[in-house]
Amino acid sequence: MTQETKMKRIWHYLKSPSSAGLWLILALGFTGGVIFWGGFNTALEVTNTEEFCIGCHEMEDNVYEEYKETIHYSNRSGVRATCPDCHVPKKWTHKIVRKIAASKEVWGMLTGLIDTREKFQNHRRELAEREWKRMKDNDSEECRNCHNFEYMDFSEQGNRSVKMHSNALASGEKTCIDCHKGIAHELPDMKGIENW
Amino acid sequence: MKILSLIMIVLGMAVSGSSIAQDQEEFNSGGLETIRGATNIDETRKAEALKRVHKDRNPIARNYVHQPPVVPHQTRGYRVDKNSNKCLTCHGWKYAAETGATKVSLTHFETRDGKVLSDVSPRRYFCSQCHVTQADARPLVENTFKPVDSLMNND
Ligand code: HEC
Ligand code: HEC
Ligand code: HEC
Ligand code: HEC
Ligand code: HEC
Repeated sequence: MTQETKMKRIWHYLKSPSSAGLWLILALGFTGGVIFWGGFNTALEVTNTEEFCIGCHEMEDNVYEEYKETIHYSNRSGVRATCPDCHVPKKWTHKIVRKIAASKEVWGMLTGLIDTREKFQNHRRELAEREWKRMKDNDSEECRNCHNFEYMDFSEQGNRSVKMHSNALASGEKTCIDCHKGIAHELPDMKGIENW
Repeated sequence: MKILSLIMIVLGMAVSGSSIAQDQEEFNSGGLETIRGATNIDETRKAEALKRVHKDRNPIARNYVHQPPVVPHQTRGYRVDKNSNKCLTCHGWKYAAETGATKVSLTHFETRDGKVLSDVSPRRYFCSQCHVTQADARPLVENTFKPVDSLMNND
């Protein structure tokens, strides 16, 4: 049998009424896929909101309360950075990786790892270090989603900002999180951390 | 007995009620005036507009020799607590060269009885106890203090 006749026979079969079952399966599979994919991403989006992030008291009573006093909660322009803006990558693949890592945090919540202020403070150093490392590794990508070095107007910035931004930042020697630790929350004991 | 105490309560209320009514007529400052102006006690003064803190400028001249220099930049969000000291990340000796900030002076390493420590002394740890930011506010009262000649450098 040649290649051509094989194709013809398949085509013939697909056109015949006896193929209806196959079509049905294909159609169901396709719509099911669309629905699942949509639902998956929608569910993912729900977990990507501030309400979700502060849905547990561990976050609401600790980091959220502290964040409310900072520039990213209230400022002259009224533009806010919410939890996922800083903590969840925008790129889909990175986001999935972060979300899978987050399942560990859900476990922590279920087992009450940080369910009091005191326990939270005791664990804060390791939690913070994980975020610093993540941001260091991705060159503070989340910060740069909003703050683009290219568009920083040095004539509008303070002397101290200009000095630091035009040296260590411009040369790529340092990234935002190297200098701006504690931008949204209180800090853990900083003993031994570089530059503190 | 019960009736007596009831009468007492009613009488007490009547007396205090009338004294409140009386006080209301006399609610005034009694001619007292503060540098913020005179206000009757039962009135709430309209708050002054908030003043802006200087964002960043060159050091401000000192007025006398042992004056703690005032802070020429804003310090919003700079935490100083047992975990961390934001001021020292620039003013500490290790970082001053890199950040261009003035090093804390040697006196900051000394204890009350003159012992020199290897790091900032606890009594000098909470910087804003002595160093304060400046706002664009006019002084409330005239001040004719003049710094000594040798300190009239910048500004
Ligand atoms: C969702 C957008 C967004 C993200 C993400 C974001 N920022 Fe901001 N940031 C802002 C806005 C808006 C302001 C306030 C601008 C204003 O009105 O002054 C601000 C202000 C700041 C300031 C100025 C502080 C001050 O006191 O003047 C710093 C520093 C800063 N951000 C650093 C960061 C760092 C570091 C990150 C990453 C961890 C980050 N930002 C992430 C939007 C963002
Ligand atoms: C080498 C250290 C350093 C790095 C790296 C750095 N900053 Fe800064 N930044 C500073 C200093 C110092 C200031 C001024 C002091 C302050 O605000 O506490 C400042 C101020 C700012 C301000 C306020 C500017 C103003 O004067 O109004 C913003 C916004 C900011 N940084 C964002 C960023 C972002 C975003 C990045 C990464 C792209 C970044 N910085 C990287 C040191 C740094
Ligand atoms: C402007 C960016 C920004 C925003 C907005 C932000 N965070 Fe953070 N977060 C950070 C950084 C940076 C760290 C790393 C520790 C540090 O430097 O304070 C961190 C650390 C944390 C930690 C680890 C514990 C700790 O304090 O170090 C938790 C938990 C956390 N954030 C939760 C939240 C939640 C919940 C929200 C929303 C209410 C939020 N964050 C909003 C930047 C941000
Ligand atoms: C991001 C770095 C940075 C941080 C953080 C910082 N400063 Fe400064 N500070 C500077 C620089 C730079 C100058 C100006 C030095 C100059 O222009 O000579 C300065 C100047 C000063 C001066 C004036 C010194 C003089 O000789 O007149 C004082 C006082 C001061 N700062 C106090 C503080 C205090 C208190 C804090 C914490 C609440 C603080 N600073 C946090 C960088 C910083
Ligand atoms: C108890 C009050 C007090 C506290 C607390 C204090 N200082 Fe000072 N500071 C002074 C006085 C007084 C001077 C000027 C005389 C001197 O150098 O001792 C001064 C001088 C300085 C100078 C100028 C040094 C120079 O060489 O001209 C800097 C910078 C400074 N302080 C920073 C700080 C920082 C940062 C902190 C917090 C870690 C701090 N100070 C805490 C009282 C204080």
